[in-house]
Amino acid sequence: MKGKIETLLNERILVLDGAMGTSIQSYGLTAEDYHGARFKDHSQDLMGNNDLLSITRPDLIREIHRDFLEAGADIIETNTFNSTSISQADYNTQHLVHEINFSAAKLAKEVAQEFTEKDPQKPRFVAGSLGPTNRTASISPDVNNPGFRSVCFDDLVAAYTEQTLALVEAGVDLLLVETIFDTLNAKAALFAIQSIPACGEIPLMVSATITDASGRTLSGQTTEAFLISVSHAPITSIGLNCALGAAQLRPYLQVLADKAPYFVSVHPNAGLPNEFGNYDQSPEQMADQIEEFLKEGMINIVGGCCGTTPAHIERMSNLAKKYSPRHLHQLV
Amino acid sequence: MNNNLKDIPYLKLSGLEPLIVTPDVNFVNIGERTNVTGSRRFLRLIKEENYEEALSVALDQVRGGAQILDVNMDEAMIDGKKAMVTFLNMIASEPEISRIPIMIDSSKWEIIEAGLKCLQGKGVVNSISLKEGEQTFLQQASTVKAFGAAVVVMAFDKDGQADNYDRRVEICERSYRLLVDKLNFNPQDIIFDPNVFPVATGIEEHRKNALDYFLATKWIRENLPGAQVSGGVSNVSFSFRGNNKVREAMHSAFLYHAIQHGMNMGIVNPTMLEVYDDIPKDLLDRVEDVLLDRRDDATERLLELAEYVKSDVIKTEDVQEWRNASVEDRLSHALIKGIIDFVDEDTAEALEKYQQPIKVIEGPLMDGMNVVGDLFGSGKMFLPQVVKSARVMKKSVAYLEPYMEAERQKNTVRNNCRILLATVKGDVHDIGKNIVGVVLACNGYEIIDLGVMVPADKILQTAVEQQVDMIGLSGLITPSLDEMVYVAKEMERTSMKMPLLIGGATTSRLHTAVKIDPEYSGTVLHVLDASRSVPAVSALKGGQNQKLHHKTKQEYTDLRVSHAARTSQKQYLKIAEARENGFKVDWNTQKSYKPKLIGTKVYQNYPLEEIRDYIDWTPFFQTWMLKGKFPAILKDGIVGSEASKLYKDANQILDSLVREQSLRASAVVGIFPAASRGDDVLIYQDADRKELRETVHFLRQQGKKARGLPNFCLADFIAPETIEYEDYLGFFAVTAGLGIEDLLAKYQAQHDDYNSIMVKAIADRLAEGLAELMHEKVRKELWGYAPDEAYNNQMLIDEKYRGIRPAPGYPACPDHTEKRTLFELINAEQKSGITLTESFAMYPAAAVSGYYIGNPESRYFGLGKIGKDQVVDYAIRKGISTEVAEKWLKPNLNYNA
Repeated sequence: MKGKIETLLNERILVLDGAMGTSIQSYGLTAEDYHGARFKDHSQDLMGNNDLLSITRPDLIREIHRDFLEAGADIIETNTFNSTSISQADYNTQHLVHEINFSAAKLAKEVAQEFTEKDPQKPRFVAGSLGPTNRTASISPDVNNPGFRSVCFDDLVAAYTEQTLALVEAGVDLLLVETIFDTLNAKAALFAIQSIPACGEIPLMVSATITDASGRTLSGQTTEAFLISVSHAPITSIGLNCALGAAQLRPYLQVLADKAPYFVSVHPNAGLPNEFGNYDQSPEQMADQIEEFLKEGMINIVGGCCGTTPAHIERMSNLAKKYSPRHLHQLV
Repeated sequence: MNNNLKDIPYLKLSGLEPLIVTPDVNFVNIGERTNVTGSRRFLRLIKEENYEEALSVALDQVRGGAQILDVNMDEAMIDGKKAMVTFLNMIASEPEISRIPIMIDSSKWEIIEAGLKCLQGKGVVNSISLKEGEQTFLQQASTVKAFGAAVVVMAFDKDGQADNYDRRVEICERSYRLLVDKLNFNPQDIIFDPNVFPVATGIEEHRKNALDYFLATKWIRENLPGAQVSGGVSNVSFSFRGNNKVREAMHSAFLYHAIQHGMNMGIVNPTMLEVYDDIPKDLLDRVEDVLLDRRDDATERLLELAEYVKSDVIKTEDVQEWRNASVEDRLSHALIKGIIDFVDEDTAEALEKYQQPIKVIEGPLMDGMNVVGDLFGSGKMFLPQVVKSARVMKKSVAYLEPYMEAERQKNTVRNNCRILLATVKGDVHDIGKNIVGVVLACNGYEIIDLGVMVPADKILQTAVEQQVDMIGLSGLITPSLDEMVYVAKEMERTSMKMPLLIGGATTSRLHTAVKIDPEYSGTVLHVLDASRSVPAVSALKGGQNQKLHHKTKQEYTDLRVSHAARTSQKQYLKIAEARENGFKVDWNTQKSYKPKLIGTKVYQNYPLEEIRDYIDWTPFFQTWMLKGKFPAILKDGIVGSEASKLYKDANQILDSLVREQSLRASAVVGIFPAASRGDDVLIYQDADRKELRETVHFLRQQGKKARGLPNFCLADFIAPETIEYEDYLGFFAVTAGLGIEDLLAKYQAQHDDYNSIMVKAIADRLAEGLAELMHEKVRKELWGYAPDEAYNNQMLIDEKYRGIRPAPGYPACPDHTEKRTLFELINAEQKSGITLTESFAMYPAAAVSGYYIGNPESRYFGLGKIGKDQVVDYAIRKGISTEVAEKWLKPNLNYNA
């Protein structure tokens, strides 16, 4: 799979899907949707546990995948952003981690397969999404005790191992460690992935989040420091996503485009959130900014994060066809 | 050099920032004082678990120029693993330290592994070796690789440390081949330590210790492509302990030769280092004789000379060393560091040197401020520091002013760019505007600040009279947005041409584009915050102004178009439908709770001491443009140290405010029988609920909601008049800004913007704190529906309690005019000392007023946009014209009125 995807990446720009969370929101789901019959009597309110919908509303997740594939996405992400035991503990559903990941990957694979069969010239892939978890290994949650940590490296490695095993078992084509706000969390994910032999043949994407105009991750690293910190892993692509819109990401993306000896990805938010916390950059506006990246040959993979809809992805997909990918060069 | 070297990347390490060891990097300095085996002080601090102070040791190293920080906890009396983890975690919370990569130094593998699990950056392991054989070596190296670190390899094998040239070469080559060939270890990530041993010990075998190190270094760099060479320099002078003069000379000379031979990193104590060129010739000769083994009697000759050069003074770093620099450097240093102590004397000296005061300003002062501006612009300085710099600048300029006045008599040339700033009519908020003024003034712009509540005609008149180059308007409350539109219209009407800048918390790019820009043909620019003001002004002032004008006009036009498209898409319910879909409280299951207090209660001179415990600090930091939640922000990776300083300063000011009672706080609270009628709430005279006293008017959300979500109105939380249920509504108005004018006047006189902004920000926080405190008092005592409530301040901030306190002018009830009813009900103007301006802003600005709703199901919401049908209905309910209602509700209209 690694060879196949890397060959494709050398030939053309691949398109990643858009926002899973935003898509789910648009359905206006109720607690019953999340609980389903199976978790009717669960000890806790499950409303908001989007990852669980792969089990309770698989029809809906399939539909979302289909919408993005229709829009032209080459790679869809599994609905597993929060599917580690650490994040699922918020809902007291940590015992379901294997099932959530396995189901999510399976249904994404089925839908992708459907589309590949329809048009073998445009094969579709599934990336297993590994989010940052809801804890940070580099930052203390207690100001009076800066030496304290609410999660340690070993906990993270164990959680990511459990998640990755299930994703791989269900046959994902890529692994995507994304929305990295603390590089130490990401290093734990990479450590877990590297210790699973089956992952050797699966292309690995990593994508960091620059929090604001300071140009740093939440845990304080610059883009280049981040690049250096993960460079021991067998990375296929490195990139940036979330927190900012395409325009604001540009200077940091430039760092990767100039310095990374890997393929470069970007999946920005649909602009910055408005006064109500919603994203309202239109597909056209976002596409205009993305087109700049494409024109300048900065990227190999493009997609969307918070607030991006199939309409956004469709625009990007049409644009991506017009430009050639960034040339991968070995840099010193 | 080996040809392969070209293909090998450089060694790249990282903390929060990258460290790339290119050939241009002569030597990478590894800080060594955070080592329990090398520093007695550090050992004591770790033993006492005084990690805070141990951190200051690390900080000194970074400030002293360390590029990598070596951390060692190998001591029998401490739990090395725990100490390593704790200390590395502490370092991670100090961005100035964690900026640089960490070297985890231990002879215990479990400590190294524990340390690696704490590093987000790419660090270095110090060290591994062949001491326990190939298997252990490879195993440890592959762990290092999996964690993504570089590694120091000691020239050490089963037979011991390599102590001659051949053994050094042999062990290093073998290690290299194993790492590169067997593990595919990145060659650039290998750092050899070929053992620095003492010389001049009197032992014959030690004579070649330094020379062999040099030669082995050279061999490694030529034959093991990509690898680095490091070493601990102070070992070499071990036999001269107690004679720092000789040791310093030896270290310098050793380094000089080692670097020539290819050593490119190492552990050196910078305070134990002489400048190579400053070593006395005779001493240098004898030291080099020893290092290079040039004479048989080299050791004796050095010992002999050492007797005479014994130094008894131990070098200590002089903290005031910068005072010895040139006057330009001193001023620049004072500006960058915000040191105010020597400003007058340095300015006097500069004036003497430059003769004309303007030359002092344009020369050293502006040079210094340019550095500050660059650092601020690139995110390396933070706002509180910049304001402190500005204080230094202002003080210096104040010193020069009398001299300038004298000059001005002769000269009428005006400054290059003059900017008028004003908070618009009806609005009293000026913290942000003052910050913009300070930042711009720092950058050499002349600021004319008209203050707060400035009517349009005064702005226009001053602009013309003073020939300003641009106008900046600021405002915080929503009616200010309309006033800005009005100013823009007036500028157009009077054919003005100068650019108009828009800023302030409620302003937005969208509002500027949709409402203000179309009214004025000159350039209109929304400036997001103070940090954007300088680039905006300089672009407008520079040759780019025409280009920027067209670009901005185009952008704003696009924004208007897309906004129009978007607003028409959003669906709205008719007001009758929205009411139908209102929030339904089940009044049968709700128990009515009769308040202990019915009527009003006044608290004058409320003790600030008590209020300060209720402060929510997060918005305070937002005022200073530092992003993050309190208290986490104090340890934030980027702004933490500035936030901590700010926090400390604020608390000192609070202490003095409490002590001197220079600010006064007061509060009025009232609770009255109430019932809802549609979207209104009726307030009764008495408990018998017969006579109506006032009607409070609320608005209802009209946006179409997802299934199951109601269209909220605050009246939904009050029991309707049609049922048997005794409900109540509370009111409050509090301030903590009484007497603030005198304080501000004092700071203004001292040109002290920092403290002036500080006092306003603190007064704001105290007012909010008092509102919180009063709300708690209401719940526990005055109304008393939650007598047993026990929440700490954070839980209060997180609104864990029962009930809400929405404020007129805020999202749930955005109509500011309702403040009039509220104030009259509790006689707030007379009892609390707060007055309402014509725009219904409260004065003093540090004031809060609102409602208390006790219903457990009550919650905050944002009204969002509403339709004309509701506005017409609202106007009838309030007894005002539709036009007046539209004026006040403008930001919430879903149509163009």
